[in-house]
Amino acid sequence: MQPYTKHESIAALMNRSNVDTDQIIPKQFLKKVERSGFGVHLFHDWRYNDDGVTPNPEFELNKPAFQGAKILVAGDNFGCGSSREHAPWAIADYGFNTIISTSYADIFYNNCFKNGILAIIVSQAQLDTLMAEIASNEGGKFIVDLENRQVTTPAGNGFTFEIDPFRQGNLLSGLDDIGLTLKHVDKIDQYEAQHKQNYPWLWA
Amino acid sequence: MKKTMYEKIWDSHLVVDVEGQAPVIYVDRHLMHEVTSPQAFEGLKISGRKVRNPHSILATMDHCVPTKNRNLPIADLIARKQIETMAENCLENGLNLYDMKSPNNGVIHVVVPEHGFVHPGMVVVCGDSHTATHGAFGALAFGIGTSEVEHVMATQTLPQKKSKTMLVQVNGELSKYSTAKDIALAIIGKIGTAGGTGYVIEYAGDAIKALSMEGRMTLCNMAIEAGARAGLVAPDEKTYEYLNGKEFAPKGDNWELALAYWKSLPSDTGAEFDTVITLNAADIAPQVSWGTSPEQVIGVDANVPAPESFDNEGKRKACESALAYMGLTANMPITDIKIDYVFIGSCTNGRIEDFRSAAEVAKGTKVADGVTAIVVPGSYHVKEQAEKEGLDKIFIDAGWEWREPGCSMCLAMNGDELSKGQRCASTSNRNFEGRQGKGGRTHLVSPAMAAAAAAAGHFVDIRKL
Repeated sequence: MQPYTKHESIAALMNRSNVDTDQIIPKQFLKKVERSGFGVHLFHDWRYNDDGVTPNPEFELNKPAFQGAKILVAGDNFGCGSSREHAPWAIADYGFNTIISTSYADIFYNNCFKNGILAIIVSQAQLDTLMAEIASNEGGKFIVDLENRQVTTPAGNGFTFEIDPFRQGNLLSGLDDIGLTLKHVDKIDQYEAQHKQNYPWLWA
Repeated sequence: MKKTMYEKIWDSHLVVDVEGQAPVIYVDRHLMHEVTSPQAFEGLKISGRKVRNPHSILATMDHCVPTKNRNLPIADLIARKQIETMAENCLENGLNLYDMKSPNNGVIHVVVPEHGFVHPGMVVVCGDSHTATHGAFGALAFGIGTSEVEHVMATQTLPQKKSKTMLVQVNGELSKYSTAKDIALAIIGKIGTAGGTGYVIEYAGDAIKALSMEGRMTLCNMAIEAGARAGLVAPDEKTYEYLNGKEFAPKGDNWELALAYWKSLPSDTGAEFDTVITLNAADIAPQVSWGTSPEQVIGVDANVPAPESFDNEGKRKACESALAYMGLTANMPITDIKIDYVFIGSCTNGRIEDFRSAAEVAKGTKVADGVTAIVVPGSYHVKEQAEKEGLDKIFIDAGWEWREPGCSMCLAMNGDELSKGQRCASTSNRNFEGRQGKGGRTHLVSPAMAAAAAAAGHFVDIRKL
């Protein structure tokens, strides 16, 4: 995982609620056995015309002002539905490394942090302000500073956000979760030995 | 201290709990299918790690498998590669796989209970959001991402944030026309698809106790559709009876030991939940979803809502866009909605009880002109049992197609799908845009409601049949 560094990027606006993982990456793209190459299929059914190839000019992320955006500002309950990690893989592969919303579905939220994506939670009032700012200044750049948990915007609607320090640390260092857990392998061994005594039927 | 069932399971599975790090919990059972595992095996191989406990894993092939002409090679080459990769990965790591040719094959969440692989009090994970199904046994079962699949294979544990607890109390008696599916949809209609975010739901009350194990699986299956991490039902005599004698259920002395443990699991009387929701079962009419989110659902005797009936702006907008996508008019009666397709199956409603209830309605009817109706059993064992009972004949005589098991049209990965604009009465779990095929329109219903719609060509109130 790449360490997450402070950056200044275009913030794209997706003013929709309950964006589900079936929209983020439709099921026909889930058959691959690799982790890469999903970006071109991100939001496929919305993003392309019926031919599946030419861009749909009505779709918000196809606006010229949002090209190259790394920050996605979206409505509540983003990422609901299936557990497919193909959703954050597609988001990251497309180029986003930050999402700002009022809420996320549980599994999606976990998956983001395992793929170097910072999912920031803001209040409804904050989100409304940010959305209004982007709508009136499409292509404006936000600065995201994870170390100081700060977002700065051109119109001065910046804010400090809350994040679990453990997740923050992992994103900043790009650390592998498995390696971290395996530091405690002796505890896992101990637990397992006890587990075999307590619940012998699970090991029969 | 008085504990909820969730807290008991959590406490007994805590392996590491240190300051500045997410708690790490132990995983007893790991379920697998072909879609969310290949990248995890690849990651494991690259890092030189091994599967810590191969016996904790049960794998199947379900998402991409064809439901007809199973003797032929899979036509979709990318899907075929995914299936082959699954077989290679399981062989290489010594995992128990019910492949496409196995008599045990089927949808993972239907197959696992059939073999008694999940017991009360376990922590169960799978790279699939409908893992919540196994909460029906009083196991803490939840969906994970592919990175987490790799994590569990390597460590048999998972870093987890402790959830809040929600009690959903369903009092009274359900009408004989409403089912576990209708309870699940009514709850989601009430609390919304984000209503359970951050929670583990425990379902309780007389209406829940009265459900069969199959019904409890349907109910818990859709906990994720309410945004919850997991759903739970306290184990009771029905649970023990269901498990007794199954392949992976405890045997002999171990059965007695396990039983004593299982009986200690239900929430203590007076244990406190962070949130309590109450429903009256008698008020739950057969449900039909009208929109593109499972929370956009209503009783069959009601009308499609109008955007202005919502007081929240977001919901108003969502209603407008759902009506446009679904091709519906505000205030039209649900029973006026005409359908083109019917799908009975999935990990939500692909069990024997579901086919019995649908067959009862389908018996002696004919599928309406212009309607395609398919039945997809959740597993070969379900199929076999249904055939033993003659249910296949009832469906075939009524003009339905009787298929091989798989996820099929629940997510339309295997080629079974709607074309643009087609409308389906479906017993699956998600009515998202394009879920059953690009431009396809999905209405979530119970198996009996789906069977009735197939015969009429539109939704009907089964209470009036």
